[in-house]
Amino acid sequence: MSIFILKRLLTAIPTLLILIVISFILMHSAPGGPFTSERALPPQVEANINAKYGLDKPLHEQIYIYVKSIVLDFDFGPSFRYKDRSVNDLISDGFPVTLTYGSISALVAVLFGVTLGVIAALNHNTWKDYTALSFTFTAQVLPNFVMAPLLVLLFTLYLGWLPGGGWEGGKPQYIIMPVIALSTSYMATIARITRSSMLEVMNSNFIRTAKAKGLPYPRIVFKHALKPALLPVLSYMGPAMVGLITGSVVIDMYFSTGGIGVLFVNGALNRDYSTIMGITILVGTLTVLLNLLVDILYAWIDPKIRY
Amino acid sequence: MIVNQKKMQDLADNMLNAEEVQGRSLWADAAGRFMHNKAAVGGVITLLLIVIFTLVGPAFAQWSNEEIDWTVIGQVKTLGAPSIENGHYFGTDDLGRDLYSRVIQGTTISLMVGIIGSLVAVIVGTLYGAIAGYVGGRVDNVMMRLVDIFMSIPYMFVLILLLVIFGRSINMLFVGIGLVSWFDMSRIVRGQTLSIKNKEFIEAAIAAGVSNFTIIMRHIVPNLIGIVIVYASLLVPGFILTESFISFLGLGVQEPLTSWGALISEGAKTLQYGTLWQIGFPLFFFVITLFSMFFIGDGLRDALDPKDR
Amino acid sequence: MKAFQKTLAATLVSSAVLIVGCSSDEEATTQTTAAPEEKSGPVHPVTGETLAADQTFTYWALDEHSSLDPQIMEDTAGSDHARQLFEGLLNQDEDGNLVPGVAESYTTNEDKTIYTFNLREDAKWSNGDPVTAGDFVYAWRRAVNPETASPYSWYMEIMNIKNGAEIIAGEAPVDSLGVEAVDDYTFQVELTQSLPYFPMMVNHSTVFPVHPATVEEHGSDWTKPENMVSNGAYKLTEHVVNERVEMERNEMYWNNDDTIIEKVVTIVVPDENQGLIRWKAGEFDRGPVPSGQFKSLKEEFGDQAVSAPRLCNYYYTFNLSESGPEAFQDVRVRKALAYALDRSVITENILQAGQENAYTFTPSKTAGFVMPEVDWAGWTQEERDAKAKELLAEAGYGEDNPLQFDLLYNTSEGHKQIATAMSQMWKSKLGVEATLNNMEWKTFLTERGEQNFELARGAWCGDYNEASTFLDLVRSGSGYNDGKYNNAEVDSLMEAAKTSANPNEQYTAVEQQLAEDMPIIPIYFYTTNFMLDDSVKGWPYNNIEQNWYVRNLYKVAE
Repeated sequence: MSIFILKRLLTAIPTLLILIVISFILMHSAPGGPFTSERALPPQVEANINAKYGLDKPLHEQIYIYVKSIVLDFDFGPSFRYKDRSVNDLISDGFPVTLTYGSISALVAVLFGVTLGVIAALNHNTWKDYTALSFTFTAQVLPNFVMAPLLVLLFTLYLGWLPGGGWEGGKPQYIIMPVIALSTSYMATIARITRSSMLEVMNSNFIRTAKAKGLPYPRIVFKHALKPALLPVLSYMGPAMVGLITGSVVIDMYFSTGGIGVLFVNGALNRDYSTIMGITILVGTLTVLLNLLVDILYAWIDPKIRY
Repeated sequence: MIVNQKKMQDLADNMLNAEEVQGRSLWADAAGRFMHNKAAVGGVITLLLIVIFTLVGPAFAQWSNEEIDWTVIGQVKTLGAPSIENGHYFGTDDLGRDLYSRVIQGTTISLMVGIIGSLVAVIVGTLYGAIAGYVGGRVDNVMMRLVDIFMSIPYMFVLILLLVIFGRSINMLFVGIGLVSWFDMSRIVRGQTLSIKNKEFIEAAIAAGVSNFTIIMRHIVPNLIGIVIVYASLLVPGFILTESFISFLGLGVQEPLTSWGALISEGAKTLQYGTLWQIGFPLFFFVITLFSMFFIGDGLRDALDPKDR
Repeated sequence: MKAFQKTLAATLVSSAVLIVGCSSDEEATTQTTAAPEEKSGPVHPVTGETLAADQTFTYWALDEHSSLDPQIMEDTAGSDHARQLFEGLLNQDEDGNLVPGVAESYTTNEDKTIYTFNLREDAKWSNGDPVTAGDFVYAWRRAVNPETASPYSWYMEIMNIKNGAEIIAGEAPVDSLGVEAVDDYTFQVELTQSLPYFPMMVNHSTVFPVHPATVEEHGSDWTKPENMVSNGAYKLTEHVVNERVEMERNEMYWNNDDTIIEKVVTIVVPDENQGLIRWKAGEFDRGPVPSGQFKSLKEEFGDQAVSAPRLCNYYYTFNLSESGPEAFQDVRVRKALAYALDRSVITENILQAGQENAYTFTPSKTAGFVMPEVDWAGWTQEERDAKAKELLAEAGYGEDNPLQFDLLYNTSEGHKQIATAMSQMWKSKLGVEATLNNMEWKTFLTERGEQNFELARGAWCGDYNEASTFLDLVRSGSGYNDGKYNNAEVDSLMEAAKTSANPNEQYTAVEQQLAEDMPIIPIYFYTTNFMLDDSVKGWPYNNIEQNWYVRNLYKVAE
C-alpha cells in the first residue's frame, strides 16, 4: 500500500506540470489580457506594464520562470488584479475562509445525506421513503444561488436574526447561512446516491445470506450493508470535496465571505493570470490528493480491490 | 490444450447466446416493472405533456418571444401581470416581452441541453470509467490523472477559445456542455467497476476467455446501470444551469432567444420587487421537469436492477 | 475608468438563479437603520442638529478596488478610498468647485505654462511627518516612472507636464519631469503648453502625494494597513480583500477638528440586489439601486433613493473601418439608425432613474459646456422616425432588401435590455434586422478593439469635468476610437481647443460635425443612483463627478 501511495504521489508531479502548461497556454490564448481596459492604453504605457510583470517574454520562458519561482521560492507571483497583494497573500487569506465553511458543509452534507439515504432505502416505497425523496428532490432543484438570497431575505431582512454577510474571522453567526446554502444540494445528491446503492446492496446475495442466517437486522445494515453501499458516495465525494473546499463563487458573492471562489472568478474575468494559475494549481493538487484518498478508502471498504 | 480452448470458446459462445435469448425477456421484465411504478409512469407522462406543450403552445400565443409590448414596458409591475385580456397568459418580463412565448421557447432549449448533457455523460463517462476501472494499472492511472487535469483546468478559457475560434452557434453550446459533463460520471463508474470486476461472474467470464471488450460491454456496464441512471438524473439540473454560464460568455443562447436558466435568473433578481410571475412560471416548468426526470431515473433503476426481482 | 465592467461578476452569479415561493411583502420590510444602542450625542457645530452617538459610515461597494496606491489605482472604487485616505493639491466642494486641499492657493505665469502651488504648513502625514512639496515631486515622478508601470501614467501625459511623455517612453530620465519643490511648501509644475483645465486635473488620485519613506521601505506592501502612512482625513485600519475596508479618523489631519464621522467601513457585495436587501436590513448607510428599480424605491423610501446626474455617456459606435459593413459607410444609414431610436422609452421605461436622452457625445452637465445646436435634437420623435424611413429608403434598403447587421455588447442585464429594445425599435419602424451578440467583458473589449464588430456598445465617464475628456475619444488617434472614425476637421478642432481661450466654440463645432457624420449613436447620459440612509447628512448631491469626502458627512440622531 505505501508503495502505491508513493507512486501516486510521484505521478502528481507530471500531472501538475501538464496542468500548468495547458492552463498557461489556454489563458494566454484567450482574448484580452490583464491590462485590456475600456480605453486602450498607450503602447508605451502598456509596454512598461508588460515589462514589469514579465509579460513581454515568450510564453515558454514565462512558464519556465513561473514554475522555477514556485519550486525554488514557493512564490506564485504578484496579482494583476489586486495589485497590492501577492497571490500567496490572496490565497493564504482566502483559502482558510473557504476551507472552513467548505469542510463544515461537507461534514453536514455527508452526515445528513447518508442518514437520509439509508432511511429511505430501508423503508423502500413507504411514506418515509417518499418523504425523504421529496425532500431531496426539492433540495436538489434549489441550488445554492437560490438558497443564498432566500436565506438573506428570511434571516436578515424579515427576522433580523443573522448578519446578511461578511466573515469577521469566522464567527458562528457568519458561518451558518453559507453552510446551509452550500451543503443542501450536496446533501441531496449524497442522499439519493446512498439510497440507490443501499437498495442494490440490500438485494445482493450476501445480504440475503446474512438475513437467511438470521443475523440481527441492525447488524446486517451497519456491519455488512453500509460499507459497500458507501462506495459510490465515496466516488462522488472525491470531486465534490474539491468543489466544496475550493470554494463557491455564489457563497462568496452573496455573503461577501471573501473566499477563493470569488477570487478565482474575478481573476478569470479580469485575466489575472497569476491568481488564476495559483488557484488552478491549488485545485489540481487537492484533486490529486483527494482522489488518492478516495482510492485508499476504496481498498479499505472493499479489500478485494487492487490497483 | 487446443481442444480445451476450443471447447471453452464454444462454451463461452453458448453462454453469450443463452444470455441474448434471456436478455429479451429481461427487457420485457424491466418494462413491466417500470410500468408498475406509478411515480415513474407519472414522470413520463408529465415529460410528454411538457413536450406536447412546447409543440402546441405556440399556436395559442398572441405575442412572439421577442416582441416588446410597448404599452406594458415601464409599468411591468402593474400592467405586466398574467392576464388573459392582453394575451400575456404568463405575464411579461421586465422589458414587456411575453413570458408565455418565452417560457415555451426556453423550454425547448433547456430540454435539449439536459438531454444532450446526460447522453454524453452516460455514454462517454460510462465507457471511459469502465475501461479505466476494468483494465486498471497504468492505463487506469493515466486515464484518471487525465480526468484530474481536465477537471482542474480553468474551463472558462476553453469556452472563450471555442467562441473565438468557431464563432457563436447553438451547436457550440452543446459542445461546451458535452466537454465537461462526463468527468464526474467517469469517476463514479470507475469506482464501481473496481469493485464489480472482482465478482465471481467476472472471474468466470475471464476464465472462459471472453475478451476484455465483451466483458466490459456485457458484464460490467449492465451492472452499472442503476448508479449511472440515478447519477445522470442528478446531473441534469447542473447542465441546465451551466448553459446560462456558457451563454454569459457569449457562446450559447443569445437574445432574443432564452432558456430556463436565463429566465429564472432574471426572475430571481426581481424577487424582492413583487413581480413573482417572472420567476414562478419558468421555475414551475424547471421543477416539474426535474422531478419527472428523478422519478423516471429511480423507476429505471428499480426496473433494470438485475437482482431486484 | 472601468466603471462598467463591475456588473459583470454579479451577472455571472445571478445568471442562473431561481427561487421557490418567496413572498416578498415590501410594506412589511421597511426597516431602516436604527442600531438599538444609538443614543443622541453632541450637536453639529454649524447646523445645530443632534448628532448620532455612533458616527460610523458604512457603504456598499460592488467590487473590490484594484489598489490603494494612488499612482496605481484605476477604478472608481479605488478613488473613493483615495479621497478619504489621501489629500491632493486641490479638493472639490459639494458643487464640484475647486477648493484648497494641501495647496492653500496657486499662481500661474502669464502664458499659463507654470503653475506654482503654495502648500499649507500644517498638513501632516498620519505618522506626524509634515507633507512637503518634495512628497508631491516624489509621487508625480513615481506616476510616470516606467518601473512603477502605472496604468494611469497616460493621465500625466494629457496633463501636458514637461517631459511626461518622454519619461513614459523611456526616452528621458525620471527626474527630468517638469515638477519642482522650490522649497518645502512651494510646488511648481511646468507644462509643455498651457492647458485651460489643468487645475481641475489635480484632484485626480494619480497626482495625490505618497509618503516617500514608507513606499521605499515596504515596496508594494506599503498599502497594507500595518504599513500605510497617509495624509487624508482617515487612515487605513483594516483591509480584507473582497470583504471589507475599514478606516478611522486620522488625528494628524490638519483639519481633523472638523471631521465628524469616526469610522468608514466599505463592504464588498458583488450583487446589487443582495446589496439592496442588506441596505434595507440596515447594514449599510449607502446602498445600491439596482437597474430599473429607482422609481419604485423612490415611492417606498422617498428621498433616501438618490438620483444625481453623472459625467458619463452611453452610446453605440459604428465600425467605420475597412472591416466594418458596407452599409455603415453610408451616412444616411447611420443617421436613420440614430434617428429611429426613441430614447425616452429607454430612459423613462427601462432605466427609470432620471437619465437624460442624449443627442450629443458630451454630457450636457459638463462644466462650461454649452449644449450645441444639433438639428435632430430638436425634432419630435415622429419627425425623426419619418426622416429615418426616408433616409433608409434613399440608401436603398427596404422590405425586399432589409438592412442586416450584428450588434455587440458585453454581458449584463442592463445592456441586454437596452440592446433588445433598440433592435425591436429598428425592426418595427424600419424593418431592420439587428442580431444581438453578447460577450464577456475582456473578449468584448478585444473584439471591439480589433474592429471585429459591426455596431458595438460603448460608454465613457469623464476623468475630469471638461468636454475634452469626452471629445478626445473621437479624435482619429484616440486609443478609444474603436469605430475608427476619422475626420481631419474634428482632429484640428480638438487640437485648437487645447490652447483656445474659449474652447467651447471648438467643442460645439465638433459636436455639430458629429451630428453630420453620425459615427456614433448617442443614447443617454448617466445618473448616479444610490440609497442613502436619511440619518446621513452632508452628501454632495450636486457634485457631478460624485467626488465625495466622508469628512464632510455626519450622521444625525433619529
